[in-house]
Amino acid sequence: MSGEGAEPSATNTLEQARAHARSQQGLVEPRVSVPSSSARQLPDGVAPADVIWDETVGAGRYVERRLPRGSVLRVADLTGDTCLNLQVLNAHQPSERLNPADTVKVQWQAYLGTGATLLSDLGRVLMTIVDDTGGRHDALCGHTNRRANEARYGHGGVHGAAPNARDLLALAAARHDLGHRDLTSGINLFAGVRVADDGSLDLSGPGGAGHVDLRAEVDVVVLGACAPHPLDQRPAYTAGDVRLTAWRAPRPDPDPFRATSPERERAFLNTDEHLLGLAR
Amino acid sequence: MTATDPLPDVARPAGTVAVHDEVLEARAPWSHVLAAGDTLRIVDLGGNQAVDFLAYDAVDPVERYSAADTITAQRNIFLVEGSTLRSNEGNPMLTVTGTSCAFHDTIGGACSRESNTLRYGHHTLHQHACVDNFLSAGAPHGLSKRDLVSNVNWFMNVPVGADGTLGIVDGISAPGLHVDLLAERDVIVLVSNCPQVNNPCNGFDPTPVRLVVFRPEGR
Repeated sequence: MSGEGAEPSATNTLEQARAHARSQQGLVEPRVSVPSSSARQLPDGVAPADVIWDETVGAGRYVERRLPRGSVLRVADLTGDTCLNLQVLNAHQPSERLNPADTVKVQWQAYLGTGATLLSDLGRVLMTIVDDTGGRHDALCGHTNRRANEARYGHGGVHGAAPNARDLLALAAARHDLGHRDLTSGINLFAGVRVADDGSLDLSGPGGAGHVDLRAEVDVVVLGACAPHPLDQRPAYTAGDVRLTAWRAPRPDPDPFRATSPERERAFLNTDEHLLGLAR
Repeated sequence: MTATDPLPDVARPAGTVAVHDEVLEARAPWSHVLAAGDTLRIVDLGGNQAVDFLAYDAVDPVERYSAADTITAQRNIFLVEGSTLRSNEGNPMLTVTGTSCAFHDTIGGACSRESNTLRYGHHTLHQHACVDNFLSAGAPHGLSKRDLVSNVNWFMNVPVGADGTLGIVDGISAPGLHVDLLAERDVIVLVSNCPQVNNPCNGFDPTPVRLVVFRPEGR
């Protein structure tokens, strides 16, 4: 409210307010490419016309998107010191979702890398890791909650300076009429955790910038929260920028990722059966 | 089924009385509402019987057991005496106040029809599995597939090798070993007495377990 003697307001009338609102476009570089085909600095061989999502997310923020079967999502760690908790759901029936326990148990491997499949609770492949520069991911530790962030950073609400990942993910899920109930522990990209013989957990320190490419094997909804890993004990809330770029891609034939283990081969066969039931 | 054999050779928690005592058949589901202060004792009667377990806040079941929050809070994957089972909000739900089995698993998840087809082949599709037990046990409480998340596996042994290789190996439990769980709040617990016959989690022979609820005297 302007008081006596204040500078004349530039937003006192409807016309002024409209002009003020419209003058803001272009003042700050957007973090999302709209249209997606305007994205630049793309991965080798990716044409701008094939891009279907390009967005950069920073600390304490979330992203969500529906992606079609066959598309490839590159998640790029731009700073070498970040963590993105990723949730993946079947877009057609989101009660089917990434099951982190089945993902590590069925594949006999706790540490995800190139060739690993992200398995649903219905024994199907939601996404496949088709490229990975770092091998620093975590399928065990899940995401932060408000209580833990309040203890560590003094605040944990999404409206504050240290948003907890769980509530960020719930807001992402809400865009798909989903909520806290639909979240699992998910997987953490770019924050590797190792398990010692005695069961203790150790968070790898910051690594170099890099990326992981995930191919959608069914139509998926992906939710992501950019926030410190729950084992990150640094007092400062630290999570560098992450760029997410997705594009339509031809499926290689033969597909080098289908039969890298008997368990994965059967997961792809189950996925084929699911696709038979969808009208195309 | 009501238990007729005497209580296992472990003293009941001080100042409590048994208010429920039951032998759960092999392969069967079970659920119970525990009041804050109750202790649930699970006894591995036959030895090396995995008992899959989930817990939900009795008032707001969207707040539920979280394996990830539990292992990150204690910075260790194994559940031992003194471990606190935490919710997805980081709150204590139950505490392991005593156990004669050295450690228990919470990263191996529950078996399902579908995951059995991946792990062992499509001939296992119609075998009974823990997810079906959880669905059956949860339904009377209004819980459904969306409420199922990574669980505890009492008496199950899931080591992680130096290269990340992970899997279920022969158990470390034995007949009569137990775990005591003190409810830190009112909770709905779901149990699947694991029916798996394709791996060593039940010694390839699912057996009954005993479930006893102790309540503070005079309450």
